[in-house]
Amino acid sequence: MSQSASLQGQWLGTFAARGILVLLMFVTLLPFITMFSAALAPSGTYPPGLQWPSDPQWGNFVEAFQSANLDRLLLSSLTIVAGVVPISVLIGTMAGFGLAKLAPRGSNMVYLLFVIGLTLPIEVVIIPLFYEVKWLGLLNTKLAIILPLIGLYMPFSIYWMRAHFVNVPIEMSEAAEIDGASAWQQFWLVQVPLARAPLLSLAILQFLWTWNSFLLPMVLVEVPLERTMAGALGAFQGQWGTNIPLLCAGSLLILAPTIILFLIFQKQFVAALLQGAVKG
Amino acid sequence: MTETSTLRPQGPRPQTSRGRGAIVAWLFIAPALLFYGMFVLIPIGITVYYSLLRWNGIGAMQFKGIANYITVLSEPDLLQTIGNAFQLVLYFTILPVGIGLGVAQLIRKHLSGRFGTTARTILFIPQVIPLVAAGIAWSWMLASNGVINQTLQFIGLGGITRGWLGDFDFALPAVGFIGAWVLLGLCTMLLVTGIAKIDPTLYEAAKLDGASGWDEFIYVTLPGLRQEIGVCITVTVIAALASFDIVYIATGGGPGQTTTVPGLEVYRLAFAHRQVGLASALAIVLMVLVIVCILPIQWIMREPRK
Repeated sequence: MSQSASLQGQWLGTFAARGILVLLMFVTLLPFITMFSAALAPSGTYPPGLQWPSDPQWGNFVEAFQSANLDRLLLSSLTIVAGVVPISVLIGTMAGFGLAKLAPRGSNMVYLLFVIGLTLPIEVVIIPLFYEVKWLGLLNTKLAIILPLIGLYMPFSIYWMRAHFVNVPIEMSEAAEIDGASAWQQFWLVQVPLARAPLLSLAILQFLWTWNSFLLPMVLVEVPLERTMAGALGAFQGQWGTNIPLLCAGSLLILAPTIILFLIFQKQFVAALLQGAVKG
Repeated sequence: MTETSTLRPQGPRPQTSRGRGAIVAWLFIAPALLFYGMFVLIPIGITVYYSLLRWNGIGAMQFKGIANYITVLSEPDLLQTIGNAFQLVLYFTILPVGIGLGVAQLIRKHLSGRFGTTARTILFIPQVIPLVAAGIAWSWMLASNGVINQTLQFIGLGGITRGWLGDFDFALPAVGFIGAWVLLGLCTMLLVTGIAKIDPTLYEAAKLDGASGWDEFIYVTLPGLRQEIGVCITVTVIAALASFDIVYIATGGGPGQTTTVPGLEVYRLAFAHRQVGLASALAIVLMVLVIVCILPIQWIMREPRK
């Protein structure tokens, strides 16, 4: 094959691939576009799938915001995220460090025990969690969501952070030890500052998982407004199921915070999701 | 699961493995272990225990041995939920991995520049939004006057329009497509990123040997993407087998039982029908199914040892 022909072939391939990618992007965005067009139709009507309404009803967003109590829901979600992510990242990182660098006898078995949890479907533990949380007297409180989520995030957090700490050169900790630093000082002064990138990824992933969790909040907290965003969204479908414009407007509003955050930090998000998938 | 060799630190060990050092080390691990034990390990044990009972969640517990497991594995309705989950694997896994591989093979270079960034950002949106939202958006698209039917009518296929999620034959494939939509961007981007790391001289050598595009795909791309393909399959198979959110929102398991999956049935049996024992047995079967499907994938896709 001559060079020019192969170059042409490559160019054609790139062109075709870009064409497919553009199509994929369109397919990815289509659900949001049709929800947007429906959200602007008069409330209570049954609009066609995709059509710019002659008289866009921007008021639907206001109505949906009020009827969904979105301000309260945001506050509830943020409280839950604030309860889960810092603690979960902290104790996951500590354990990852302990398993990678301190490695006490028997820690291999413990690590294996954590790793087994990586593939565990949440459905397997949801029934006992209900009775356990009830027994603890925490049903319908924020802690009912916060505490189990921290436990459920441990396998990934530890897998993720341990993989980072294992690759930190041993000289780092040796130098600290010679300086007489305790394990605790070494952790905070040497290891944590070096782990900023994986820590940020971990925090982003845990934020997303918490914000989007559905089954757990639905089972453990009865009032939709006391749940996370996704947990409440499910309830709105029941509430507005027949009012498509309001349902679409409400759903878009509920999605807005994550999408805005994603667009701002898209580089970090994409890196976290890609690496998170590979490691998980 | 893949790297047991790194568990044992090599060379000089920090002298913390005994005595006071060991206590300190365990103190680092203890909080994580406490949460994991309380909210994952002990619950798994309790699920196993419940699965041996007949219990309505309130009254007296009755020990039934493995009776619930026999019911799960013989009752047609329950077996169907497992069959449905495996059918979902076809859509959740094959579509995203197949399309992703095709795009990766065609591009083969790092997606750079503004186009690359835009593509990455947009294709990742389904990974960021809750599955519940994907379910709501697609329920609307697949409704009888939704955009899917509108498009079909536009291209002259008005005869096959229907309410897809309410159709006995098409509801399950429709749910499958929703899952494929969610996972497509992640798989495509993983594979595109992976293929850019394959040594380009391998492709040049293949070309010199007169390899066709198909040969290149089979002998260079597939082996080179082994790990990434393994990741995609693992993630998508778990998403299909343990699916809940999308099905709950899009169809609620209907029409009839046609889209009911184990996750949904566990929820229903335990919290609506108060058959805690049976629900727990199904949950354990689900856990075993996931492990049985994932282990061989991990085994096959692992980097060959030298």
